Amino acid sequence: MTEEIIIAGFGGQGVLSMGKILAYSGVMQDQEVTWFPSYGPEMRGGTANVSVIISDTRISSPILHEFDTAIILNQQSMDKFEKTVKPGGVLLYDPNGIVNPPTRTDINIYKIEGTKIAADLGNVKTFNMVVLGAYLKAKPIVKMESIRKGLEKSLPERHHKLIPLNLEAIEAGQEKLEAVNEVSV
Amino acid sequence: MGDLRLMKGNEVIAEAAIRCGCDGYFGYPITPQSEVMETLMAREPWDETGMVVLQAESEVASINMVYGAAGSGKKVMTSSSSPGISLMAEGISYIAGAELPCLIVNVQRGGPGLGTIQPSQADYFQSTKGGGHGDYRLIVLAPSSVQEMNDFVDLGFELAYKYRNPAMILTDGAIGQMMEKVVLSEYKPRMTSEEINDKYGSWATNGKKPNRDYNIITSLEMDSAKMESNNLRFQEKYKQMEEEEVRYETFQCDDAEYILVAFGSSARICQKSVDLARAKGLKVGLLRPITLYPFPKKPIAELAKKVKGFLTVEMNAGQMVEDVQLAAGCGNSSVPVKYFGRMGGIIPTPGEVVEALEQKLIEA
Repeated sequence: MTEEIIIAGFGGQGVLSMGKILAYSGVMQDQEVTWFPSYGPEMRGGTANVSVIISDTRISSPILHEFDTAIILNQQSMDKFEKTVKPGGVLLYDPNGIVNPPTRTDINIYKIEGTKIAADLGNVKTFNMVVLGAYLKAKPIVKMESIRKGLEKSLPERHHKLIPLNLEAIEAGQEKLEAVNEVSV
Repeated sequence: MGDLRLMKGNEVIAEAAIRCGCDGYFGYPITPQSEVMETLMAREPWDETGMVVLQAESEVASINMVYGAAGSGKKVMTSSSSPGISLMAEGISYIAGAELPCLIVNVQRGGPGLGTIQPSQADYFQSTKGGGHGDYRLIVLAPSSVQEMNDFVDLGFELAYKYRNPAMILTDGAIGQMMEKVVLSEYKPRMTSEEINDKYGSWATNGKKPNRDYNIITSLEMDSAKMESNNLRFQEKYKQMEEEEVRYETFQCDDAEYILVAFGSSARICQKSVDLARAKGLKVGLLRPITLYPFPKKPIAELAKKVKGFLTVEMNAGQMVEDVQLAAGCGNSSVPVKYFGRMGGIIPTPGEVVEALEQKLIEA
């Protein structure tokens, strides 16, 4: 199994942390991982993206031009990454702020009202975990147990009290994933 | 097994330095390598191992602090990115001329000038052919994974002391910023002056003993005959490096008709290109130089006898291609050696490499 993912959105949405938790979860179940961020001028409000690869075998190139899954959280990223999803792959997006929804018919398209669900949970910062939950519903590539361990590893100890809230957000995301377009593989 | 972590390449350089018993780090921040000093400062190794970490006022000051500390036999290092390394070039030449060991890490970004903060491999010439003035060489190691960022810190110091010569880790923003699994090295204690003298000879200015002359650390020699003999001694040393220290790795070269040659992050991309090309039925292999100096000339000359062509893949305008052409031509081979690359901080994709291979070699 090799899963190549791009997560793209605004800086401050938790794009890089979501990738990091996913990567840690892969490590927790003995898989090979790479986490490659866009770095530099990106900051809160600017665009940010990270590619994460999780694989049962040695990973060759950490830098990719097409992906099994794209998780897209703003319009700029939709414009840039919709076309990079492999045919039959997965595109997951939050419709909040998306003016031009995805139009491809050869990929699986899902949406998650991440912003709204996180607000309903009472903590908008759990947005990225809601989206992560939705992704794991569409593609259960790592076990929930590994995610829990991944959270423990990637969060500093003083934030460990927030792990139950994060897990709750992930579960909410899993429950509320909506299919927009599904292709048979 | 050692300590398994998920870390950025830059963070690993810092952690490996502490663990290998480094005595001091002197540096100045620059993207994309600032995490090296950030990690060191956060780790506060001065409490743990006694290692000094100092943010100097400039790159010029950093490299001269390295020069001074290395003169006393201490295991010291600096890190920077391309424009910062240019500022250090004078100091590096002095350190090579004074025959001192040290480790310099260059996390390359695109140039020339301030260029871009995105990854590049455009300092190949600077690292392997000079950079500073005078006839000197650096031992240049090119990691292609976060694990090798860990491993080459210790190896770099080992080679630097063996040859009393600066060693460089030549990497780039992609590997510096990327996180991968890494098994960190076991801790080694810092060496005492006595241990350094016993192990590497008593050249260091760490206290004159009654049984020897003064040790003088300098690159200056006004007597031309003596200077030439110094130069000849350096050349002997470089020749020994070329004989003993060449390191490289090959992937699927046994039956290959075409060979990709790439180092560092480009080599990772090319591993995928080899898979893509093989899936199309093309017999392609990859040779990855690990030491850029000394360069793996012999294995390239050997391959040149049996393959149909080489393609170097570099994130620059074509620099290592010159060394591959020289090496391939050693056996008077007329095998074509072509180049493909991207610049300006753009990273070539595995697919682009296969297309270039087809256009420049297979269909040519």
